[in-house]
Amino acid sequence: MSIPFERYWQALLDTISMVAVSGGVAFAAGVPLAVLLIVTAPGGFLESPRLNRAVGSVVNGFRATPFIVLLVALIPLTRLVAGTTIGVWAAIVPLSISATPFFARIVEVSLREVDPGLVEAAQAMGCRKWDIVRHVLLPEALPGIIGGFTITLVALIGSSAMAGAVGAGGLGDLAIRYGYQRFDTEVMVFVIAILIALVSIVQFSGDRYVRWLKNR
Amino acid sequence: MNYSPALRAAGHAAQLPTSGQAQAGGREAAVRAEQAGAAVGNAVVFEGIGKTYPSFSGAVQALSDISLEIPAGSIFGIIGRSGAGKSSLLRTINRLERPTVGKVIVEGVDIDTLDARGLVRLRRRIGMIFQHFNLLSAKTVWENVALPLKVAGVPAAEVKRRVAELLALVGLQDKRSVYPARLSGGQKQRVGIARALVHRPQILLCDEATSALDPETTQSILQLLRDINRRLGITVILITHEMSVIREIADRVLVLEQGRIAELGEVWRVFGSPRHEATRALLAPLQHGLPDDLQHRLRARPPEPADGHWRIVQFSYNGEHRLEPDFARIARALQAEVRLVHGGVDRIQGHVHGRLLLAVPGGAALPDLAALAQGPRALAHRIEVIGYVDSL
Repeated sequence: MSIPFERYWQALLDTISMVAVSGGVAFAAGVPLAVLLIVTAPGGFLESPRLNRAVGSVVNGFRATPFIVLLVALIPLTRLVAGTTIGVWAAIVPLSISATPFFARIVEVSLREVDPGLVEAAQAMGCRKWDIVRHVLLPEALPGIIGGFTITLVALIGSSAMAGAVGAGGLGDLAIRYGYQRFDTEVMVFVIAILIALVSIVQFSGDRYVRWLKNR
Repeated sequence: MNYSPALRAAGHAAQLPTSGQAQAGGREAAVRAEQAGAAVGNAVVFEGIGKTYPSFSGAVQALSDISLEIPAGSIFGIIGRSGAGKSSLLRTINRLERPTVGKVIVEGVDIDTLDARGLVRLRRRIGMIFQHFNLLSAKTVWENVALPLKVAGVPAAEVKRRVAELLALVGLQDKRSVYPARLSGGQKQRVGIARALVHRPQILLCDEATSALDPETTQSILQLLRDINRRLGITVILITHEMSVIREIADRVLVLEQGRIAELGEVWRVFGSPRHEATRALLAPLQHGLPDDLQHRLRARPPEPADGHWRIVQFSYNGEHRLEPDFARIARALQAEVRLVHGGVDRIQGHVHGRLLLAVPGGAALPDLAALAQGPRALAHRIEVIGYVDSL
C-alpha cells in the first residue's frame, strides 16, 4: 500500500463528520424554511407574496451558485462562524449553506404534494393553522422528506470532495492529492471504492426507512 | 346536551343494536334528542346563499339564492348531478367555503360573525366525513380518532375514554393500533365517522360518504348513520349523487340543479311526483322502465283486427294518501284477464310509489280509466294506456 491505512481512516472520518454535521444543519434549517415557503405561498394560510418571493430568491441564489464559488465567497462568514478558514469545521459552514436551500426545495415539494383533502379534514375537525403543519403536513410528507434527505446526504458526500480545496481533508481530498496530482492510481481506486460504499449505505438506509414509513 | 350514556351503552355492545341495554339507551337518547330538537328548532338555516367563483372565462355562479331550513335531529339529503353545487353548499355550513352573499345560521348563530377562535369552536361542534375518508396515513386508527381532541387540549385520560367509546360505537375496537392503509373502505369510513363524532357534535356533514364504497358496505355505513341520528339525535346532512342513498335514510331532500333549488321536500313526495327534469333524471336508475323487447314492439295505435292484441296499461303510484296496489280490486274494475307485465313499487317512509304495467286483452271493453284514478276509492294515482302489442 502506497499510503498507510490510517490516512484512509482519517479521511473517511473527516468526510463522515463533514457530511453528518452539515446534513444535520440542512435538516434543522431546511424543514422550517420549506414550511415558511409553503405557508407564505399564494393560497397558504399565512399568505405573503412579498416574503415568499424574498425567501424564494435567496434560496434560488444559493442554489444557482456553484459550490466551489460558494466555498471561496463565504470565507469571511466561515471565519466568523468557525473561527478558522481551514479544516473540517471551515468546510462545514459552506457545505451547510449550500445543502440547506437544496433540501428546503425538496421538502417544499413533498409538503405541497400532501392531499389537500387531509388539510380540509383537519380544518373541519377544528385544527388551527399550526396544528395542521404539525399533525398533518409534516407527518404526511415524512416519506418524501426522508427520501429528499437521502438525496441531500449523497450530494453532500460529493460536495465534501471539493472541500479539500480549503484544506478540510476527507476522501475527496485524498483522491485529488494522491490519485490525481501524484498519479497514484491505487489510492484513487481505493478512495472511489470507499465513496461508492458510503453512498450505497446512505441510499440503502434511506430507502429502507422510506419503505418502512410507507408500508406500515 | 350530553349523550354519553347512549355511547357508553353502545360501548358494552360489540355491534350496534345488539343488546337490549344499548337499545333502551338509544330510545332514551332519541327522546331527548326530539325534545332538544324541538327546543333548538333548526340546526342550519340558509338565507339567500350565493357563491361565485372567479375563473378564466369570467365569474362562475356555483350557488344562487338558496334559502332553506334544516330541522335539528333530521337527516337531510342534498342531491344533484356533479357540478350542481352540492359540495359548495355543504361546505358553507362549517365555513370551509365562504358564500359570496347570504347568511348561514348554525344553531342560531350567524357564522359570519365568528372570529378565528369562534370558527374553530364551531367546527368542533360540526363533524364531517368525506368520500375518500381523508384519514392521516401516518397515524394509527386510535391517533386519527384522538387528533381532534388532542389539538383541542382535552386531558389525556378523557381522550382515552372518548376514543374508546367511539371505536366501540363504530365497531373497530380491535383495529386501534392499525394504520389506515391496512383497512378496507368501509372500515376507513367507520374511522372517519368516529373521528367526526369524537367532539360530540350536534351536526354531521357527509360529503359523498358512501360513493367510494361497494353496495354492501354502503348499506352498513348508511345503517350506522341512521343509528347515530336516531340514538344521539345528531342532525345528519349528506350530499350524494345516488338517489338510492336518499331513499334509504333521508327525511327531507333538496335537489340542486346548476346551483339552484330544483326541488325541496319530504323524500316520498319528491320521489313520488318529481316536478323538475333534474329530479326525474336522477330518479331514472331507480325506476322500472319498460323492458327493451316490449319497448320495441309497443305501438301507439291498436292493430287491426282488434282481437288478439294486448293493451298495456300503466298504474302509477306517487305515495299520496298511502295508496297501495290492490290486485283484487284492479282485476274487478277492469273486468278482464289481467296480466302483470312489468313494474315494481318502493316503500319510502311508509309511502308506496312506483308503477305497474298490466296487459289487458284488446278485445275487452275497458272502463273509464281516469275515473278509476279518482276519489277516495282510487286504484292508483294515474292510470293510462301507454300502447299496444301484438303478443306478449
